[in-house]
Amino acid sequence: MVWIKGDKMSNLVKLLGRDEYLLSGNPSCPGCGLALGLRYALKALGKNTIMIVPASCTSIVLGPVPTSSVKIPVLNIAFAAAAATASGMSEALDILGKKNINVLVWAGDGGTVDIGLQGLSGAAERNNNFIYICYDNEAYMNTGIQRSGSTPKGAWTTTTPRGKKRSKKNIPFIMIEHRIPYVATASIAFPQDFILKLKRAREVKGLRYIHLHTPCPPGWKYPSDKTIEVARLAVLTGAWVLFEMHRGIFKLTGPSIRLIEKKYRKNIEEYLKIQGRFKGISKKMIEDISKDIDENWRYLKEKFLDNNRK
Amino acid sequence: MILSGNYAAAYAAKLARVNVIAAYPITPQTQIIEKLAEFIENGELNARYIRVESEHSAMAACIGAAAVGARPFTATASQGLIYMSEMLWWAAGARLPIVMGVVTRALAPPWSIWSDHSDILSQRDTGWLIFFPESAQEVLDTIIQAYKISENEEVLLPIAVAWDAFYISHSYEVVDVPSQRNVDNFLPSRKKYKHTLDIDNPFSHGNLVFPEYYMEYRYYIDDASNSSKKIIREVDEEYYKIFGRTYGGLIEKYRCDNAEYLFISLGAFSGDIKEAVDRLRNRGYRVGFIRIRCIRPFPSNDIKEVMKDINGAIIIERDFSFGKGGILSTETKSALYSLNIPIISYIAGIGGRDVGYEDFIKIFQSSYKCFNLENIPEKPIWYGLRVIK
Repeated sequence: MVWIKGDKMSNLVKLLGRDEYLLSGNPSCPGCGLALGLRYALKALGKNTIMIVPASCTSIVLGPVPTSSVKIPVLNIAFAAAAATASGMSEALDILGKKNINVLVWAGDGGTVDIGLQGLSGAAERNNNFIYICYDNEAYMNTGIQRSGSTPKGAWTTTTPRGKKRSKKNIPFIMIEHRIPYVATASIAFPQDFILKLKRAREVKGLRYIHLHTPCPPGWKYPSDKTIEVARLAVLTGAWVLFEMHRGIFKLTGPSIRLIEKKYRKNIEEYLKIQGRFKGISKKMIEDISKDIDENWRYLKEKFLDNNRK
Repeated sequence: MILSGNYAAAYAAKLARVNVIAAYPITPQTQIIEKLAEFIENGELNARYIRVESEHSAMAACIGAAAVGARPFTATASQGLIYMSEMLWWAAGARLPIVMGVVTRALAPPWSIWSDHSDILSQRDTGWLIFFPESAQEVLDTIIQAYKISENEEVLLPIAVAWDAFYISHSYEVVDVPSQRNVDNFLPSRKKYKHTLDIDNPFSHGNLVFPEYYMEYRYYIDDASNSSKKIIREVDEEYYKIFGRTYGGLIEKYRCDNAEYLFISLGAFSGDIKEAVDRLRNRGYRVGFIRIRCIRPFPSNDIKEVMKDINGAIIIERDFSFGKGGILSTETKSALYSLNIPIISYIAGIGGRDVGYEDFIKIFQSSYKCFNLENIPEKPIWYGLRVIK
C-alpha cells in the first residue's frame, strides 16, 4: 500500500477524476459520513459497477421513486440478503459472459454485522466474486439510532439510554478468518487511503471486504461540520485502526502505522468529548474504553505483526 | 426413463437450461439439488451452482441472478420455504422470472418430514404463481412450462411448482424426458427486459416509494397474476402440440361430463381420487373430479363453469388455516359464492397420513347422505382424526 502523504485536494482530484456518480442534492443529512464514502467509492470503482443496497440509510439516500441519486444501476434488497444477492449476481454476470463489471454491496453496520452476517459469512466461505463495503455509522441510524452490534462501548443510543455496556463486534477480523483474498478498513477522513484500497481491491478476484468508518452527526450528536474531524480523531486515538490484509499479508496503513506505539495515540477523551453520544459517561467507562483500545492493538500486533504470515 | 418426482425436476431444470442454481439442502428436496450438482460437474449442464448457507440466501441469490438476466432455479420445502418467505415477496415485487420447486412437507413442531400443503399454501399471497402437479411426469412438464410462463412479459412473476413429499418426490415412475432440441424450440433463452440491470442503462430498482405510487405497484402484480391465466392455457396448448401432453391449463376436469357431484382437490392424492371416481361411476354414481393444477392465480371462472349444474361438491385437502378452515375450500367457496352450491370440506392426509381411494369412496358415501338430507356440515371434517381423551 502506497501512502501519499497529506490529503491535499489536488492529489485527491488526480486520484479520483472529475466524474461524479453520486449526484448532489441527494436526500442525505447535512454532514452525512456515508454520503461522502459512497461518493468516493463510486468514483474509485467507476461506471462499470452494479450496486446492491440492503435496508439502510442508503435506501433513503438513493432517492424516492421515480428519482435516483446515483448514475449506476442499483438493486435494493432485503436487510439480510445483500451478500447472497451479490453472490447470485456475480455468478450470473460471469456465466452470461459479462466480464469486468464490479458487483458492489454497499451495506450499513446493522445489515453487515448483525442481520446480514450469516449471508456475508456464507459468501466469504464460498469466495464469491464481489466487493462488500460496510459503511459503519455504529447504530441503526435510519430507524432512529438504535444500538447495533457495531455500536461502541459507552455510546448512548435510543435502545441503550444509559450507554452500551458491550464492545463493538470486530467484523474485519472475522472476515480475515474467512481467508478471503482482501480485507481492509478505511475512514472517510482519509479518502486517499480508502480509494487506493478500493482500486487495489478492484483488481482482486473473489470476495473483497472493506469496513469504512462513517460518522453520523444526528446519531453521534455532534455538529454537522465536524464529521471529518470526528472520523479523523477515531483513527488518531487508535479507536479505529486502518489496515489492509491482502493475500495473507497484513499491513497497517496511513496514520495507523505509527499508532502501533501507544505514545503516538491521542487521548481517547479527545474523541469522546466532542460527541454527544458519550456525554456524561463515567471515568470508569472511559478507562474501560481506553483499555479496550489497548487490548485491540495488543491482539492485532500479536496476531498479525509479530509473526506476519508471509 | 424411470424417475422420481425429484429427479424429474432436476431433468426439467437441465432441459430448461437454467444457468444459476442456488440451493440449500432440506429433506425431502435433496435429490433435486444433488442431481443438479452431478449434471454440472460432469459437464451436462452449463450453470453456476451456489451452495448457499440458507434458503433466505438461496432466493436472494436467485433474485440477484435474475436481475441481471440469468435463468435461476432453486428448490426447497417446509421450514426452508418459510425461512425464505421474505425473499418470496421480494422476488415477486421485483417482477423477476424465477422458478422454484417446492416439495411440500409438514411444518414443525413437532418435527415431521411428510407431506402437507400448509407450507406452500401459507405463501399464496406473495405474488408467486403456484402449480400443483400430480405426477413425476407433470413435475417435469410443469417446470419447463413454468419458465415460459414466468418469462412472458405480460406475467414476469416467479413460479413455485409444488409436489408432495415422498408420494411424488420419491416415487419412481416412467417419465418421458423430451429431447433438448424440442425444449429449446419451446423455450428460447431468457430475454432482457426493461428492468434488467445494465451498466449502459443505469437505473435504481426498488427505491423508496411514497404512498402516491406504491398502490399501483401492487395493482400491477395482481393484474399480471390475472393475465397469466390466459398465458398458462396457451402455454399448455403449445406444449401439447410439441410434446403431446396437456394438463388442461389451470384445472384438470376428470369425468366431469354429466356429473352431479364433484370432488375438488389437488396434489398427489388426485390419482386416488380418480380411482375412487372410476369405482363410484361403475356403481352408477355420477361423480367427477376437478383437479386444481394452479392455485395462484386462482381458477375461479374455470371452476365455476364446471360447477354450474352440480348438486354438491366435496373438497379434500392436505392443509389448514387455523381458526378458519381448509385453505382450498375457503378459496373455492368464495369463488362459488354466487352459485349457492352445497360444499362439504374435508381435511385429510395432514402430515403425510395415508389416504387411499377407499377413503375417498367412504368420504363420498357419507357426503352423499348429507347432500340428500340437505344437512351440510358447516365445519370442515377432519377425516380419520384420532380422538385423544
